[in-house]
Amino acid sequence: MTQTLHELRAYWDALPPALQLTLQSIGGIMVIMICLILAVAYMTLAERRIIGFMQVRLGPNRVGPWGLLQPFADVLKLVFKEVILPSSANKFLFIIAPIISIATAFAAWAVIPFSNGVILSNINAGLLYILALTSFSVYGVILSGWASNSKYAFLGAMRSAAQMVAYEIAMGFALVGVLMASQSLNLNDIVLGQSGNIGHWYLWPLLPLFVIYFISGVAETNRMPFDVAEGESEIVAGFHVEYSGTAFAAFFLAEYANMILISALASIMFWGGWLSPFQGWHALQGTFLGFLTAASFIWFAVKIGIFLYAFLWLRATFPRYRYDQIMRLGWKVFIPITILWLVLEGAAIVLKIGPWFV
Amino acid sequence: MNALRSWVKSLLLVELFKGMGLTLRVFFAPKVTIRYPEENTPKSPRYRGLHAQRRYANGEERCIACKLCEAVCPALAITIDSEQREDGTRRTTRYDIDLFKCIYCGFCEEACPVDAIVETSITEFHFEKRGEQIMTKEKLLAVGDRFEAQIAAERAADAPYR
Repeated sequence: MTQTLHELRAYWDALPPALQLTLQSIGGIMVIMICLILAVAYMTLAERRIIGFMQVRLGPNRVGPWGLLQPFADVLKLVFKEVILPSSANKFLFIIAPIISIATAFAAWAVIPFSNGVILSNINAGLLYILALTSFSVYGVILSGWASNSKYAFLGAMRSAAQMVAYEIAMGFALVGVLMASQSLNLNDIVLGQSGNIGHWYLWPLLPLFVIYFISGVAETNRMPFDVAEGESEIVAGFHVEYSGTAFAAFFLAEYANMILISALASIMFWGGWLSPFQGWHALQGTFLGFLTAASFIWFAVKIGIFLYAFLWLRATFPRYRYDQIMRLGWKVFIPITILWLVLEGAAIVLKIGPWFV
Repeated sequence: MNALRSWVKSLLLVELFKGMGLTLRVFFAPKVTIRYPEENTPKSPRYRGLHAQRRYANGEERCIACKLCEAVCPALAITIDSEQREDGTRRTTRYDIDLFKCIYCGFCEEACPVDAIVETSITEFHFEKRGEQIMTKEKLLAVGDRFEAQIAAERAADAPYR
């Protein structure tokens, strides 16, 4: 056994460094993609069950124990359905739109640090990269709506275009607040800047920005209560009315991957990423609870889980916003508050006041 | 002052958190769903489901072909032919209930002087071929033989209220 391992090791070392790097990157990409797709699959089940529980019913529980095989049944159904190309659609854009949606949703994960240094590509402009890719996802929605050549799809695309652009600004400003606090665009450094104890998380000094970031994230992913882009009761299903089978599944996958991405970003920017909330509790060290103070991927996953639950909780609780209310909230409430807070934060940093920025 | 208070309230999302508190409470509340094939909703002993014909304890069929049920049936779902049996009693040679015509009103059961035709609380029945919806005398008696204990228990439970 060890003999073959040594042989494999020697074979690996003999490869040219460029090829090694490529193979390593591909391996990392595969691991992230597979984990993400599985997470999305179980996110759909969790959504249906949690919303069911909040509506005093049980949700899907017939396929496998507690319905655990339901996502696979859904995937099989979608894969075996025909992808219908509407005769008057723009074929090229119609096909490319779901690909753009899903590609941007997955590509953003390249710069997410899962634990200290565990990151596919540790680039210094990570935050900018994230902003660029999340803005790019609006193209998937607009192109799908336009290429379908259907009035419902077009209305949905127009609605979501205006909405996503409006909330992109508030979201960007909220992240500028994080950037000012951490003095870095590198996501790994942003998390390390919050180490110390739970009081060092950017959640506390940037609380309004955190709330605005999360709500904008909900609007950005077109989730309830900001889902006017889909608006089942008004415009059938919005931008993806004409899609079926795998193409529809791609949109679905992209929406949920984006939800998980927003949750991951919120925990990295404001909740200390993989850092433990008990970090710096010296009383715990040495006792059997000492492992709680260690920073690990588990904490990151737990924080993502909390945010994902919040996504479903919002969906189960609130009715859909009217369109002018969405615009009012985005332009007249969120953007002024973020700008005000940026000014206050800037003053605190320059004048070295307050408990945080000294 | 009031305006300021409502402004602060809406900024702190007070109402929204109240709503989320409600859904969180419901999340942990017991669920109303009945897991159907394993569980069932309770049924009244008067429930009117699939028809059956009963027999006396000695095995003799109860029906005496008085045709009151045929006369009372508002949907004209019952068809009866009768003749004299060798022992001199009047018996049906044909007793058909068309379940597609039947409206499950229970009048046949009310009209019957000998409690022969009854409606059981069975709801899980189906037809696979055309013609199977006609409940012939044999089928009705078979249902009655199979579920006699249940039918008798239901009549006994309902007896004090009649």
